[in-house]
Amino acid sequence: MSACLDIANLSAVLANGQRVLRSVSLALQPGEVRALVGESGAGKTMIGKAVLGVLPSSVRIVEGDMRLEGEDLGKLQPRARRTLIGARTALIPQDPLTALNPSRRIGPQMTDRLVRILGWSGDKADRRIRQLLDEVQIRDPDRVLKTYPHELSGGMRQRVLIAAAFAAEPRLIVADEPTTALDVTVQKQILRLIGALQREHGTAILFVTHDLGVVAKISQKVSVLYAGKVVEEAETAALFAAPRHPYTRALMAATPRYTDPFASLRPVDETVLAGLAAEIASADQAWRRPHG
Amino acid sequence: MAEPLFSVRGLKVALPDMTRKPLIGRAPLAEILKGLDFDLPSGSVTGIVGESGSGKSTLGRTLVRLLEPSAGSVRFEGRDITHLPEAALRPLRRDLQMIFQDPMSSLNPRRTIASIIAAPLRQNGLGDNLKARVAEALQRVGLPQSFAGRYRHELSGGQRQRVGIARALALSPKFVLADEIVSGLDVSTQAQILTLLEKLAAEMGLTVAFISHDLSVIRRLCQQVIVMREGSIVEASATDALFDKPRQAYTRDLIAAIPLPEIDAGWLDMPSTGKAPI
Repeated sequence: MSACLDIANLSAVLANGQRVLRSVSLALQPGEVRALVGESGAGKTMIGKAVLGVLPSSVRIVEGDMRLEGEDLGKLQPRARRTLIGARTALIPQDPLTALNPSRRIGPQMTDRLVRILGWSGDKADRRIRQLLDEVQIRDPDRVLKTYPHELSGGMRQRVLIAAAFAAEPRLIVADEPTTALDVTVQKQILRLIGALQREHGTAILFVTHDLGVVAKISQKVSVLYAGKVVEEAETAALFAAPRHPYTRALMAATPRYTDPFASLRPVDETVLAGLAAEIASADQAWRRPHG
Repeated sequence: MAEPLFSVRGLKVALPDMTRKPLIGRAPLAEILKGLDFDLPSGSVTGIVGESGSGKSTLGRTLVRLLEPSAGSVRFEGRDITHLPEAALRPLRRDLQMIFQDPMSSLNPRRTIASIIAAPLRQNGLGDNLKARVAEALQRVGLPQSFAGRYRHELSGGQRQRVGIARALALSPKFVLADEIVSGLDVSTQAQILTLLEKLAAEMGLTVAFISHDLSVIRRLCQQVIVMREGSIVEASATDALFDKPRQAYTRDLIAAIPLPEIDAGWLDMPSTGKAPI
């Protein structure tokens, strides 16, 4: 079986030539939840945007391949690429309030994508959305479909967007820090929901997060990123049992744990950062920017 | 036990509810804090935890008297400051300092770091020897002296938060309110800032109210914890007791909902009984 998503050797640069993705490779099997974890500037959101074809215009991909269920995205015409990405992927964004149009009711916003991009009839789209709202445990769909985004709580808005993401049966969902803005008890409910829907629909998820706690609970595999480079890739269980890269170990020691307050929250050692800088520098030296 | 720095009794705060404001006329008041009783022991770090809308930030702002209570009393060093007018509060301000969540918006973009740290010193008549005082403040938070002439946009998030701490501590206050000061930072930077605050609080004998939504951070830093929900105190106790034997179901839920960075296959399937997100 071919991978759901196969990224090989992906490099991207800013206008000034600075590399923001450094030969990133990762392959997601169908139904796999892959965590992309790293600190700000690590490039984790950038990878998600590259997959969805929504990189900002200041970022240019200069090398590498992305295949979605075997189809080489780089070989497709822009229009065909957008159609393919639109049909097979979806996004669960970090901040549902900015992802929703404040001046339209929830209902039409949710059905729009099904009708306009996938060409479904209004009735079919409406039935599907109601079914998904039920799956995300929204018990009064009539009311919710008629509300405006600001009338819902953060947790409810995120449920709505999860329902919308799963509605068109995408093969791959990019979840970009979907619980970062939520309270901890709501975060847990949302993680449970994403996990349950993911298992039921067999959807692969690229789960972008900065929180190793969330990584441990939701993913099967994990790629640890630093400065746009994958510094470690492992099965999640193996990563937590025996992290190999010094940076992964440092991140784990810095993450607070209430069960062990004095062993956690350790500042990252200078030698680890120096080692990372050297690793990045030597990778950049070995890399020759392709022309064209 | 020594006299507490803060002693709060029956504290109520009501603020205008702008969502119910009529087109013309005043917004009706909504009660944000619904009668709180607690003490902050001198020289201790107290965590104030709760979900969004629980009133934890309102409580913090009331302690430093940015807000005036609508009922109850707030005593600072035994003195009733509940309804003190601004003029009478002014001499107290240097003892009541704040560190803010987002140093990007709380540091003036047009002033140098030195001038930002010096501002509270000048205002409190400590304008002599400014250079030396600023240098001392920078050194205290582990920033190189060369940062004095820089601007906020030249600094990383962690460095900016160090400036926020330097400014708050420049006047050697008795009380510092730290409101979600690490929630915008990466974990590695977060650890540095917390270690710094922990060290300075101990060295300077500060009393700190540390507002956070993150119980893991609170366990490390605080001697006691106040758990808030919907404007009331759910539970207040010594930190170890709170984690080892939480008395309230809500506290247990809050603790159980934290995803620890370790493999626990059953965690995701354990339902949380916390408040429904509607």
